Amino acid sequence: MAVRTQFESTNEIGVFTKLTNSYCLVAIGGAQNYYSLFEADLSETMPVIHTSIGGGRIIGRLTAGNRHGLLVPYATTDQELQHLRNSLPDSVGLQRVEERLSALGNVIACNDYVALVHPDLDRETEEIISDVLKVEVFRHAIAENVLVGSYCALSNQGGLVHSKTKIEDQDELSSLLQVPLVAGTVNRGSDVIGGGMVVNDWIAFCGLDTTSTEISVIESVFRLTEGHQPSTIATKMRDSLIDTLA
Amino acid sequence: MEYVPESAAPLQVGKILCFQCGTPIEPNATNMCVACLRSHVDITEEIAKQNTLNMCKSCGRYAVPPSSWQVCALESKELLAVCLKRIKGLNHVRLVDAGFVWTEPHSRRVKVKLTVQKEVTQGAVLQQEFVIEFVVQTQMCDNCHRGEAKDFWRAVVQLRQKAEHKKTFYYLEQLILKHKAHARTVNIKQVPDGVDFFFPGRSDARKFLDFLVGIVPCRFKTSEQLLSHDANNNVFNYKYTFSVEIVPINKDDVVCLPRETAQQLGNFAELCICTRVTSVVTFIDPRTAQVTEMNGNSYWREPFRSICNQKRLSEFTVINVESLSDAEINSHGPQSDKHVVADIWVMKSSDLGKSDAPQYCTRSHLGHLLHPGDSVMGFDLANANVNEEHFEKYEKRQLKKDRLPDVILVKKVFADRNTRKRARQWKLRRLRKENGSVTDGSAEGNDYQDFLEDLEEDANFRQGVNIYKDPTAMPVDEDDQDEGVPKITLQEMLEGLNLAEEEEVMAVPAEEEESADVEIA
Repeated sequence: MAVRTQFESTNEIGVFTKLTNSYCLVAIGGAQNYYSLFEADLSETMPVIHTSIGGGRIIGRLTAGNRHGLLVPYATTDQELQHLRNSLPDSVGLQRVEERLSALGNVIACNDYVALVHPDLDRETEEIISDVLKVEVFRHAIAENVLVGSYCALSNQGGLVHSKTKIEDQDELSSLLQVPLVAGTVNRGSDVIGGGMVVNDWIAFCGLDTTSTEISVIESVFRLTEGHQPSTIATKMRDSLIDTLA
Repeated sequence: MEYVPESAAPLQVGKILCFQCGTPIEPNATNMCVACLRSHVDITEEIAKQNTLNMCKSCGRYAVPPSSWQVCALESKELLAVCLKRIKGLNHVRLVDAGFVWTEPHSRRVKVKLTVQKEVTQGAVLQQEFVIEFVVQTQMCDNCHRGEAKDFWRAVVQLRQKAEHKKTFYYLEQLILKHKAHARTVNIKQVPDGVDFFFPGRSDARKFLDFLVGIVPCRFKTSEQLLSHDANNNVFNYKYTFSVEIVPINKDDVVCLPRETAQQLGNFAELCICTRVTSVVTFIDPRTAQVTEMNGNSYWREPFRSICNQKRLSEFTVINVESLSDAEINSHGPQSDKHVVADIWVMKSSDLGKSDAPQYCTRSHLGHLLHPGDSVMGFDLANANVNEEHFEKYEKRQLKKDRLPDVILVKKVFADRNTRKRARQWKLRRLRKENGSVTDGSAEGNDYQDFLEDLEEDANFRQGVNIYKDPTAMPVDEDDQDEGVPKITLQEMLEGLNLAEEEEVMAVPAEEEESADVEIA
């Protein structure tokens, strides 16, 4: 299931939200409507946490996390850290990272098993990532963009990457990540996938501008359709793709 | 969008789905397919698809904003330029191509097909082709408007020559025709003693005036008349008049130079004959065949009149010719190498057969042409009553020494005028004038014939003149003709005297916009 929504009339909801398989962070100050939407869809399975990072609202871009843990930048105050610790499930690790590239959400893209990171990221940070998030870390760029977190969205089922990603790069990435990848867009042709949507294994939220074509691509690649048909891409979409390639 | 299994052959650029319609496309800046982009943005929306062109009905010119008019053929690049200038909003886009879509010539519609480019978003340039329709509306141009209102001239050149014979005018007419100097006139009018040329603007008249000053010795005066003025805006509206007077000396005139002038010309003989009028007046001394030239300025410093023109010459018959040696001529200046000085015995043709008719002996520069029995036109000075101040002074000085010639021979008579007219195989173009096509009234016929004969006799004289083959002339048997009569060879004649061409020149006003007749005082 993919849901369209808007945060204070902006479509870039990935900036203000962090969604994983075990928790969801939502920025403070959004309309109650926005918060309610996440609450309605997610509250049965996971905590939906109101928080700020370093007093700011762009929590989606500043934090990186998955089912196993959450990394927050050095700017995070002790109070915020305390609040997060209290709200997050006990199984989720929380770690403050001293990293020059403090927008962790922009430089780290991860699912529960692997993470793509900015090539210039500190060695120590890389270790923290693999320890806390319990993932294998790969330094990589997407469509010649080093901000891997901004230009792709990953789940355990699949991944959506920048529209200009070359076929060879997609091949390489999908063999690294062990999930199928497609190039695509959100929010009426925006390439900033990470900024425009959030996704976990069973639900995706994207900007209100996202067209039905984009929704259908998202639902297919992340296998969000009812019944979790694993072979949707391989059957339904593949036919049309092979048709166009021929 | 593409999901490629690992076994699939790698492609350089992957395809994504157009977010609008789902067609697979190469990723671009908008990530939209071209068709969706077209329907989404219209780069031509700021450009009006309907427009108007203003055309002057009477002269067929198109208005070029802000105020000029241009002659353009349909589907010409000039018309395209005019059309493109009329299109508003073209500065927002980049024009790639423009051309005409064919329309019926009388449909009063001009369709222009444009191809424009514009950057719609960062890095995405859209190219679009569209047609703009122009409706041709009639609007009378300033020139035609003035013509219709009979208020069509702003400057007039009044060309005058105070002489009996119109030779110089005929010559001038031919030069004007050859150089198309009259192209910008709005009217040409015959007046006694000259011609008026009317122009739509002062600068046109100035240009014509400069042309005249270059080819004939003349002087001019400028005057202006205030038509209207706007004192608040310091705008004054004038009509200009240029009064041009040509030196009143013609070819084959006998003149008596003022003594000072003759001395300035290198002690030239005072009594002499004018042989040619071009930008300078050329004189020959019949007694030494010495030649000199005088320009307009030196004429006007000390003006004089001719003492005898071609019409007053009388016919003489040559009795005897005696060539003279150089020593006998006593010349001290540049001599004409085309003339031979000789002592000629003549008597009046009207006196032939009379027993007591006087014979005259005179020294003449026509020795190379004259033979006993020839007819020659000369000035009978002995029996003439000349009223010219310079000649009277000269006569007084010369009578004491008894050196005044009885007869001055001016030109040889080659054949009867009608014979020569019949033999003529060529003709000239004429300027069209408002009142009558002729330059003069009564004696015009003969004057014009004189001019034509001059052209035949002097090859230098006809250099600046376009001579056309006369298709209506009767072919003449070459054997019948007197060998001595000068003729214009076929090589010198131009084909195709087309009178329509001339009328066209008259009908179409000049292409450029006339200069404003307004001065800021």
